[in-house]
Formats: sequence, structure tokens, C-alpha cells
Amino acid sequence: MTGNVVVEGEVIRSVGEESAGLRIECEGLICTSGLVDLSSHLRQPGREDSEIIATGTAAAAAGGYTAVSAMPTTEPAMDHAGIVEQVLRLARETGRCDVFPVGAITKGRAGHELAEMGAMHEAGVRTFSDAHHAVVSSQVMRRALLYARTWDAIIANHPEDTSLTEGAQMHEGAMSSRLGLKGSPREAEEIIVARDLILAERAGARLHVPHLSTRRAVELVRDAKARGVRVTCDVTPHHLVLDDSNLVDYDTRFKVIPPLRTPDDIAALREGLQDGTIDAITSDHAPHPPDDKDHEWSYAPAGTVGLETTLSVILAELVDPDACPDKRGNGTLSMAEALALLSSGPAKARDIEGHGRPITAGEPANLLLFDPGVIWSVVGDELRTRSRNTAFEGHEVRGRAVHTVLRGKFTLNDGKVV
Amino acid sequence: MDDLLSIEDLDAGMITRILDTAEGLKDIAVRPIKKVPVLRGRTVCNLFYEDSTRTRISFEVAEKRLSADVINFSAKGSSVSKGESLKDTALTLQAMGVDAIVIRHSSSGAPRRLTEWVDAKVLNAGDGWHQHPTQALLDLFTIRERMGRLEGLNVAICGDVVHSRVARSLVQGLRIMGAEVTLVGPPTLMPAQVDSWDVTVSHDLDGMLADLDVCYLLRVQNERMAEQFFPSVREYARIWGMDIDRLEVMPEHAIVMHPGPMNRGVEISADVADAEQAVIVDQVTNGVAVRMACLYLMLGGEQAGAVSEVTPA
Ligand SMILES: [Zn+2]
Repeated sequence: MTGNVVVEGEVIRSVGEESAGLRIECEGLICTSGLVDLSSHLRQPGREDSEIIATGTAAAAAGGYTAVSAMPTTEPAMDHAGIVEQVLRLARETGRCDVFPVGAITKGRAGHELAEMGAMHEAGVRTFSDAHHAVVSSQVMRRALLYARTWDAIIANHPEDTSLTEGAQMHEGAMSSRLGLKGSPREAEEIIVARDLILAERAGARLHVPHLSTRRAVELVRDAKARGVRVTCDVTPHHLVLDDSNLVDYDTRFKVIPPLRTPDDIAALREGLQDGTIDAITSDHAPHPPDDKDHEWSYAPAGTVGLETTLSVILAELVDPDACPDKRGNGTLSMAEALALLSSGPAKARDIEGHGRPITAGEPANLLLFDPGVIWSVVGDELRTRSRNTAFEGHEVRGRAVHTVLRGKFTLNDGKVV
Repeated sequence: MDDLLSIEDLDAGMITRILDTAEGLKDIAVRPIKKVPVLRGRTVCNLFYEDSTRTRISFEVAEKRLSADVINFSAKGSSVSKGESLKDTALTLQAMGVDAIVIRHSSSGAPRRLTEWVDAKVLNAGDGWHQHPTQALLDLFTIRERMGRLEGLNVAICGDVVHSRVARSLVQGLRIMGAEVTLVGPPTLMPAQVDSWDVTVSHDLDGMLADLDVCYLLRVQNERMAEQFFPSVREYARIWGMDIDRLEVMPEHAIVMHPGPMNRGVEISADVADAEQAVIVDQVTNGVAVRMACLYLMLGGEQAGAVSEVTPA
């Protein structure tokens, strides 16, 4: 947008007028609402060697985020109010963006006994998820959906039928057959998506399907939305850009969950973004220290960091730089669509308040100003996250956050985390 | 030749060169002094993360016949959780100035990872379900020895293809050399998207026997039954096992192969294993010569002179 945004205190005072207040030089920059992430593994408490809230949220600020969802992959698991409060306190004291904790659905994220959702809800949790542990029991999942209706909370279940993926190391297909790695078939994801949609529909409950990765999974959500099921879903940049051919050298940077699939799945995910089936693009920021990743493929943990690269990867790969902001041109998305999928889309899907809001008077001043033209190469060692396992290492990307503003204060100023 | 990680890295010319070199080296086994000095002063480490006495001994014999200094490193059961990581071990070997590492590992791609951590030449002695290139080469050698050629032959590979590094490497080797390959067995044991393999797939062993030059039987592990890839060993043997009746349907010149160790009475009956047409012992013998050839070509033995000129140490 062009014109001035006047920020006073924590809110936007006015838009489009001259002001004597705080001035940010915005020549050539795009101003939009701060980005919102639905899945960040901040690892604290418990795995401070991978990431802490201070470094994870610094990475978020550097990537243009003003809000992230902290996954319950803490140790112990975030499955009770005490740990939710601990995370919120750490976020208040050390965080550089708002942190919205995601509570576990089940105790210990083990898939058997419901965690105390009520207490966690009271502490501020709006979404429950066992992260990359799927709730496989239909009974537990059904109860979780029904129980969460008490507060109209959201259940985000990792879609994976683990009876089909035991020991799986990558997408099942020609590449897994060639590499001799046990494959994770698409149907493992699709069966759980289909089941969860049926359960949510009958329960009248809110379901969020994280990180879709297959064509059929997108179709299942599309059909369910058409029937009025209360479902939202997201996709990661790596699943939108990288396919399983990248695994040819067993480089563990490409080991992610769900696994990288095929060009046809990528095409389907992009169609899902275009027609509104997919609500959000999520970093699924999953830091692992180098010592953990630097192993034989089957011993390495799955995950890639993403908070600092998501915006740039999406702009480089999905948005036509020459098209005007509301047009797709030759890209998958228009600039406006891409920014909505990174900000208002995720905020709406998961009830994240005060973020992803339109830039108008009276709204909280949660802003991102980024340079859409700058081309840069992703270098893991230059990232601010504590772990540098990026699936986009060496990838040429476009656009970069210059200023991030959280309630009227810089968290990123002129490219530097404040 | 650089590292030997996968048959995919080789072309027909290179495979022929390895087989020809092995032919020259095979004679050494029948000499009174079974040793040549071509790798004298070179150090080879056998790094075995997975038990395989047969393969390790075959490599060790090959290395010693070439006069290399041999280190055996057995890291049984090693993994991230227990003990030293592969990377740490690799860096140790690197610091010791090892010239070549022969690695066996239960994790597919481990040899490929190893090349990123060491300068030594890496020879894959079997990784997970992925590759076992010297096994494929010794199989090609044995087939060529018996048949006089590889091109145009009809080869069936029967059994647990999906979990088999032997099948994976052999299919590629046979296709590179112009042989026709049919994979036989239950669909549960065929790899995903097998159509990308450039082979024919059949579930009917009996229907193809009469046209075969080579029937290659893969080891069927008992755990596959436990995992319900097929209902019972008896049923497997009845439908896909090689027995004397089936052997008799095959052409007279045809051979039966098996990478060992055999499950007699499952994929191969005892009488077939001991039959004239079974070349299983030849495979073992040829394994040493083929491994000698690979090490010789990898470690610059060529500069030391042609094999034919090599005199006993
Ligand atoms: Zn997940």
C-alpha cells in the first residue's frame, strides 16, 4: 500500500495522512499486517539445545512474524496449564513476538488419555494438537472433538495412520523404491483426514488439518468445506516447493513430516491455495541441532526451520514479481493472496486475536514492512534460529522483511532484530 | 573408478571392465601363492555396522590377496542412541589415513553420507534395502561365465524384491547390460511404482519357467510372514518356491541362483540347492574375484600395471 500509517502507542491512529510521530522510511517497501504462524516448535522448556523462545521468536521477527503458535513439543509435553503458563511467561519476558501456545490433545501426546483442555483453555490455549503424533484412536479423537466444543476450541490432528507408516522414512513411490527407504503412502494421510472430517462433521466441532501434502487430502477438505464442515487447513512452503527427487543424495535437510511428495501433489496444493480450500501457509518451524541431523538418513529427526524463509520462499516460488498486487500474472498467487495466506488466513483459522487484521485506525499496530524486490540466497549459518537445518539451504529466494512492528514497537528494525 | 556406492553409477563399459578385471584376478585363487602386491601399503577398513560374516570374509580375503593392510571395524548394533555415531567413526578413520572403507550398514544411504565425511574411497557392501553393488557384479560375472553373455538373456528375480538391496542392484546391472528382467512374487513384496524399474512384473512363476535363462531366488525372511506380507511359509513355498518339478520345466541350459544364506524348503528346496543347475557356490567363489577387481580399480591398482602382468608376491 502507499501512503502513511500513523502509529500511536500500540495502535494504528490513522492511515493515509501526514504525521509528526514515528517515521519509518518506506520507499520501495510493502507494508502489510504482521505474519502469523500456526506451527512453530520453540522447544522450550526441555530442548533448549534446539531452540529457545528467545531465539525462535527472534527468528520469527526477522521473518516478519508478529505472532507464532508454540507447539506442545516441549519436554515435558505442553499438556497441562502449568507448562502453558511457563511458556507464556517466557514469551513475555524473552519473546519478540506474541506466542500462542498450542496445548496437547492427550497426556504426553501419547494419543490415549485426554489432557486437561479446560485448564489449558483458561490459561489461554485455543487450539489443541499432539503435534507430529497423530491421534490414531477414532474413539479418542471423537471424544476430543466433542469435548473441545465446550469452548468451541480447535482440534488440529496430525493426519497420519501410523499403522501404515511404521518405520517410514520418506514418501512411498518410485523414489523410495530406488533409494531403498521405507515409504509413507499417501493413504496414511488421507485416511486420517477423511476420518477426522467425518468425526468433526458429526460432532459439529472445529477441526484444523495441518500441513496437507497430497492431492487427495486437498480434495477431501475441499468437499468437506462445500458440505459446511467446520474445517480449516494449512500447507508448508517446503511441501509447496520441494518434491521427493531432492532426496537422491540422502541429505537429511530434506527429511520432514509429512514427507516431501511429488510434483502432482505440489500442483494440487497450489490449486488448493488458489481456490481457497487451504486457509494458511505455515512454516512448521522445526529446529534440530546439527549433531542430530548429521546422521544416516534413518537416524536423523524430521523437520526443517522456516520462520525466516517462509515469506521469501513463497514470494520467490508462487508470486509473479511483475504482476500487480491483486493479480496472479504468471504466478500461483497474487501478492495480496500470498500475504493473506501468511497473515489474516492463519489468524482467522485459529482464533488468533489482534493479528492478521486490516491496516485501519484503531487496530493494533502489528505490521510488517518488507522489500519485495531483494534477491538473496538462504544460508543456514546466517539464520537467527538456534538450529540451522533448512530444507532451503542454498535456495535463491525473493523479498525480505525490513521492519517488523509489534504493537507499535520495532521487533525488527532495518533488518536487525531489536 | 571413484567410490562404488550403487550400480546406477556404472555404465555397460565400466561393468564389462570390472568383470574382465575379475576374470584375470580369478586365476590368483588357483595359484600356489594366492597373493599379488598391487595394494601393498594401502589400508582398507571393513566397517560393518550390520552382521554379515560371509560378506566381510569375502572382502577380507579379496583385500589380503591384493596385499592391502586390513582393519576390521565391527560396530554391531551401533546407532545414534548407543555409542559413537557413524560420523565420529568416519572422522577417526579419516584421521588414521585409511585409503578405502568398505561399509555395510542397515540404513539405506549410509555409504553416501560417509563420502561427505571422509576422503577415503567408499565401497558399499550393502546398505539397508538400497544397494549391494558387489553382489550384483558377482552375479553378473557368474551369469556371464555360464552363459557367455548377458545381453538378451531372460532373467527372473523371484521373491521379496521390496526389501532387497540385492534385487535393486541386480535389476539395474542386468538392464544396463541388456538382459530382460521379470520380477516374480506376491504383489505385497513388489516395490512401490515398480513400473519405474523398466522390468516386467508377474505373479505367476510357473507361467514363465520354460522361457528362463536364469532364475534368481531371493531370501525370504521369516519376519515377512510375521508382518503379513504373505500368510504362511508353506503357502509361499507352494506358489513361489523353486523345487525339482519347477526346475525340470526350465530349459536345460538355465541356471538357478541365490545370494545366500538360503532358507531351504522355502524359496528353494534342498534338492534344487544341490542340483547341477544351481550355481550358488560359484557365486561365492566369484565374489572374491569381483571384490578384488573393484578394490584394484578403485585404489589405483591400474597404475601398478595390468593384472596379467602382476606376479605373485
Ligand atoms: Zn504434524
